[in-house]
Amino acid sequence: MRTMSVMIVGVGGQGSLLASRLLGTLLTDEGYDVKVSEVHGMSQRGGSVVTYVRFGEKVYSPIVTEGECDYIISFEKLEAARYAGCLRKGGKIIVNTQEIDPMPVITGAAEYPAGVLEELKAKGFDIDDFDALTPAVEAGSSKAVNIVLMGHFAKCTEIPKEKWLAALEKVINPKFLEMNKTAFERGYGA
Amino acid sequence: MKKLLIGNEAVAWGLYNGGIGLVSSYPGTPSTEITEFLAKHDDIHSEWAPNEKVAMEAAFGASLAGMRSVCAMKHVGLNVAADPLFTLSYTGVTGGMVVCVADDPAMHSSQNEQDSRHYAIAAKVPMLEPSDSAEAYAFARSAFELSEKYDTPVLLRMCTRIAHSQCVVDIGEREEVPLKEYVKQPSKYIMMPGYAKQRHPIVEERTEKLKALAEDCMYNKVELADNREIGIITSGCSYLYVKEVFGDDVSVLKIGMPNPLPEKMIRDFAAQVKKLYVIEELDPVIENHVKALGIAVTGKSLFSAIGEFSQKTIREAFLKEGYPVKDIPEAQGDAPAVPGRPPMMCSGCPHRGMYYTLVKNHITVLGDIGCYTLGAVAPLNALDSTLCMGASISGIHGFNAARGKETEKKTVAVIGDSTFMHSGMTGLVNIAYNATNSTVIILDNSITGMTGHQQNPTTGYNIKGDPAAKVNLEALCKALGINRVRVVDPYDLKACEEAVLEELAVEEPSVIISRRPCVLLKYVKPKTPLQVDMDKCRGCKKCMKMGCPSISFKEGKARIDKTLCVGCGVCEQLCAFGAIGGKNE
Repeated sequence: MRTMSVMIVGVGGQGSLLASRLLGTLLTDEGYDVKVSEVHGMSQRGGSVVTYVRFGEKVYSPIVTEGECDYIISFEKLEAARYAGCLRKGGKIIVNTQEIDPMPVITGAAEYPAGVLEELKAKGFDIDDFDALTPAVEAGSSKAVNIVLMGHFAKCTEIPKEKWLAALEKVINPKFLEMNKTAFERGYGA
Repeated sequence: MKKLLIGNEAVAWGLYNGGIGLVSSYPGTPSTEITEFLAKHDDIHSEWAPNEKVAMEAAFGASLAGMRSVCAMKHVGLNVAADPLFTLSYTGVTGGMVVCVADDPAMHSSQNEQDSRHYAIAAKVPMLEPSDSAEAYAFARSAFELSEKYDTPVLLRMCTRIAHSQCVVDIGEREEVPLKEYVKQPSKYIMMPGYAKQRHPIVEERTEKLKALAEDCMYNKVELADNREIGIITSGCSYLYVKEVFGDDVSVLKIGMPNPLPEKMIRDFAAQVKKLYVIEELDPVIENHVKALGIAVTGKSLFSAIGEFSQKTIREAFLKEGYPVKDIPEAQGDAPAVPGRPPMMCSGCPHRGMYYTLVKNHITVLGDIGCYTLGAVAPLNALDSTLCMGASISGIHGFNAARGKETEKKTVAVIGDSTFMHSGMTGLVNIAYNATNSTVIILDNSITGMTGHQQNPTTGYNIKGDPAAKVNLEALCKALGINRVRVVDPYDLKACEEAVLEELAVEEPSVIISRRPCVLLKYVKPKTPLQVDMDKCRGCKKCMKMGCPSISFKEGKARIDKTLCVGCGVCEQLCAFGAIGGKNE
């Protein structure tokens, strides 16, 4: 198989690192060679955050560049658009329809682009957009958006749901496991 | 035991299994997790030091006492620790000593791009450079032995991409290494001129021995392909990008020990390929070495000395060279232009109230390194300079010495609590001793915030979270020679303004401690989110001036995002119309 690439993108603090750890753990358990790459530090403080997950028989580079990405999982609309150029022809973008204003929008230096997903769809991008925030809140916490999205993404893979739930048990603090399982199921069903 | 590990955790496991007894570090992205993972082991001594020089000297002391020791830092931290490093090269070690240094190409979280390989060359110590987590484990594990066998500290070079990317690592068992006997050896460990002169030839001999090792070791390897049209010498993550593009189709010399570099290995490799390239991030260290051997090579004329590389960098460069590159991915389309999303100070960040006060009063602010550097961006634009740890305080002294009365009444330095411990204290001593009328504000958020909440000597807790001695900043500043020291709550804008204006007005140096714990600390519980009364809001945008991410402006009125607001109340104090409050619906 060729190396497959997934990008998990969003706003610092939304939980993309945990989502990437879940996916990395699952793919390792599935026997793939896996590389996960993330950036910590100042870039996490409310800034645009991107995590790369690559898997296959033998993976070298930990990062994903233009036109290489099979799936982009975006925690926010604007961030989906920001990284869309990385999508491979035939790839898919899963996006939470939540809007979080970046500082240039807050200060009035820029406007939040209206109809950004429609623009991408018109250009031929395969966009699967849905509200992940509501099911997360219903599951028990707005912070569970990350797991709702991973639940939704799980349907795109051929890996059975039970394997995903087993990986979830490995990476989630037992205190919050039940809530996250609910969030995962909501995402899977969405 | 096989585990998916980030490079830093892999290093920590390698060092642990290699028999480490002590780790002392100052946190710095992207090196921080090495020490955090080591601190989980209770059978070794771990600690946060006030700065990297102290950390390296603590590791030296442990090594002198016969224990295997480590300090970890980011590239700019090595500048701070450079002084002991250069002389440690002369003394050598008793217990093995490893210095982990993490570079940050592309400056994801740093104030410069700096290539630490120059330090290895300048200090004449061996350096190892892994390409992924598995190698990070193996190289770290072997580093103590290398250190003891060649009687030298060993530098282990990481970079952001290796430190924070994960792959599967097979972790072995810990080797228990007993303390070596302590024997007094003045001529080895007292580096005054008479003894140091005897040590320098030993350093040069050691380099010759290490050069021989470089020719035949696990760190450097040749991967010869049938294709001898081109040969690539590379290292670190650049090796991964080369393999991503070419797989096993081209010949590669992978350098895992950037100092000293092998001579014969490079000559032999060059002789077997038609055209030779060096692909390395940042500076042309390997390239210059190859050129010095009189070998023709293409390097920085094709690859930038700026930023991070990727497989795309390699593909584009070789296409430009007219070399057929396979499997170029086809993109779905271009990304549309969207507004940037820079990092910013969090909702309820205690620094914001103080910055608002400084900006409102048009005060020149010499800044420092930490989360609070984010006060430099719009809309606050609060800072005038940021150089390195501690430079705000040392800098304001020079600034006021240069311009005197013109600036001393309208200029302050700001510095965090951890940074003040790191290298702010000596600057404050200088202000008191050499007497400028300077005002210093310690932004005390009671944690090392920037790197993700590490304890420091002002917090009252050690690396394990256990109670520890707590520096009293007020008493310390007084002891350093500052008579005027006062504490304010940065959420109280009136108190902030009073304190700043009064301290600027007086004719002597002063310190304001702006104290309020970081909102992200677990023990800091958010208050009820505030709301905007739409009838009272006149849309004056005054509340927007402090850059709180919770406040936005829609349809002519301010809005507060309930999910983000922590109820700090700073905006409530700003509103002249009483439109912001906790109880309005």
